[in-house]
Amino acid sequence: MPLTLFEKVWNQHAVRQLPTGQTQLYIGLHLIHEVTSPQAFDMLRARGWTVRAPHRTFATVDHIVPTGSQARPFTDNLAEQMTLALERNCREHKITLFNVESGRQGIVHVIGPELGLTRPGMTIACGDSHTSTHGAFGALAFGIGTSQVRDVLASQCMAMTPLKVRRIEISGHLATGVYAKDVILTVIQRLGIEGGVGYAYEYAGDTISRMSMDERMTICNMSIEGGARVGYVNPDETTIAYLKGRPFAPAGPAFDTAAARWRALASDQDARYDDVVQLNAVEVSPTITWGTNPGQSVGVRDRLPASADTEALAFMGLTSNQPIAGTRIDVAFIGSCTNGRLSDLREAARVLQGRRVAAGVRALVVPGSQAVRAAAEREGLDDVFRSAGFDWRGAGCSMCLAMNPDKLNGREVCASSSNRNFKGRQGSPTGRTLLMSPAMVAAAAVEGAVVDVRELLGVRQ
Amino acid sequence: MSESRILAVSGRAVVLRGPDIDTDRIIPARFLKAVTFDGLEQHVFADDRQALSAAGQRHPFDHPESAGASILVVNKNFGCGSSREHAPQALYRWGIRAVVGESFADIFFSNALMLGLPCVSLSAPHIEALMTAVNGTPSLRVAVDVEHGAVSVTGSVWPVFVPAHAKDALTSGHWDGAGLLLARYEEVDAVASRLPY
Repeated sequence: MPLTLFEKVWNQHAVRQLPTGQTQLYIGLHLIHEVTSPQAFDMLRARGWTVRAPHRTFATVDHIVPTGSQARPFTDNLAEQMTLALERNCREHKITLFNVESGRQGIVHVIGPELGLTRPGMTIACGDSHTSTHGAFGALAFGIGTSQVRDVLASQCMAMTPLKVRRIEISGHLATGVYAKDVILTVIQRLGIEGGVGYAYEYAGDTISRMSMDERMTICNMSIEGGARVGYVNPDETTIAYLKGRPFAPAGPAFDTAAARWRALASDQDARYDDVVQLNAVEVSPTITWGTNPGQSVGVRDRLPASADTEALAFMGLTSNQPIAGTRIDVAFIGSCTNGRLSDLREAARVLQGRRVAAGVRALVVPGSQAVRAAAEREGLDDVFRSAGFDWRGAGCSMCLAMNPDKLNGREVCASSSNRNFKGRQGSPTGRTLLMSPAMVAAAAVEGAVVDVRELLGVRQ
Repeated sequence: MSESRILAVSGRAVVLRGPDIDTDRIIPARFLKAVTFDGLEQHVFADDRQALSAAGQRHPFDHPESAGASILVVNKNFGCGSSREHAPQALYRWGIRAVVGESFADIFFSNALMLGLPCVSLSAPHIEALMTAVNGTPSLRVAVDVEHGAVSVTGSVWPVFVPAHAKDALTSGHWDGAGLLLARYEEVDAVASRLPY
């Protein structure tokens, strides 16, 4: 019987049907971080349990880590305490931890792939909703809560109900200045932020096939913003080429054996889907959110909808029918598990080359990992950012969720390459977020307002 | 199993209107900077409450008549966004024992279930009727019957949707499923040993 990748991977990891009717699913890779794990370890201790598969568990510190000075102890005592708790838990349970001294620290969804921990055909769990990112490799990756982190630590399993699968076929070439971020914002705008509840999203089509792994990760990362807990792309030669030589990927003949297996995981040609939708990439333009959820977006040359939600408009200080271009910004943030990878920094730097951040705009770039930061520095990207007036910072989640000192103040408006524009998301209860691609953030930083990046790239419209 | 069966919950209700209330709003990230869940109830909807208070209004969680309420009534896609279990933890610790809504985000729903906090779905017109009834008479008792799939208030009984696994988990007392996952572990080892990685 023809199967989807979802079905193939699910079947391989299904242990049994539980009395509740759910499936007990084995988790091949468990990623943990400092914010959602300490309570899970405490629950484990309270029940006298131990970590079942420490060799399948990897930790890093990303959410609260400062991106200025990372000297220990951290200035923020709470951040220091959380880091100490993670270090203690990892030591006690013999879990590999990539801390700031390791050279391999970074956002959990950036380091998993770049270390080759994330591979096709895996089931992956992490106490973070953007775990869907890892689906870019043809893995089933689930964001979970702390009690489920406890379950995975204790049993290496989760209780899950199979998801339906919606295939999202995207075809056609993306225009210059249009990026994966614009594609996924458009998908969410069309299908709705609740449209994916109960579904895994399979992203397919020639647009996806041409995308790099970084771009596919951007797409899969925001599946959860469309309500889908899981998003994935079928593995192909791009996936295999990315993984070759990564520290935790198989090496030598074992790599070729694995690669053959990975190719066979892709959904079969005549696999059956619960739903199929199509998107023409040619219709996608640089896209920006205007509201307080990631589904509220428009193209850079468009006006806000006439029927825009009044509560969101009031919060944002915008009006229906107004053009989004020209909206003034106070802060520019490039980074996050959505868009904090090397290719994102390259695209932003391309816009910033020879330009300066507008007066009054506070601009920061936060590489997704220490490895991304080092690679960018080898290419001289840090010089481009610094010369333009950007603050070049250490790796972490930073102003995506503002659990470290990087925050908005008051009603500041932030052009952000992150994933959520929820009220208060960037650290100020009244702060305002405009989500867009890293190149668009760079353009907005230069202009001091939302602007079509294609104008700065010299693309004729 | 150490848990208890959850067949029904009843009590006074608090109404929170609006679609797509995300977990950042339920519990802003700055309150996640702690190694325990203790005290989260003090910060539930912190920013929304502060904003309304500054505007001279009162958030439903600040209404005096909401004190002691155990049922939360919401609209659609409640709990979207971040996977933080801190959100249902904060609601539970505040005193909420069941959530009645048009619909729920996936991760919030499963996090709530793990705490024994039922999230039951009611049609939009019935949610509106329930909200109107409760707001008109805050002292009303709302009964959420998980076992039979119904919500009742002042003589009206409406059918609610509870996914089969959640209903089974709650009514059998298996909502904290860790024990189930550790039972028959030889079957887990067998699956693990067959994996090619």
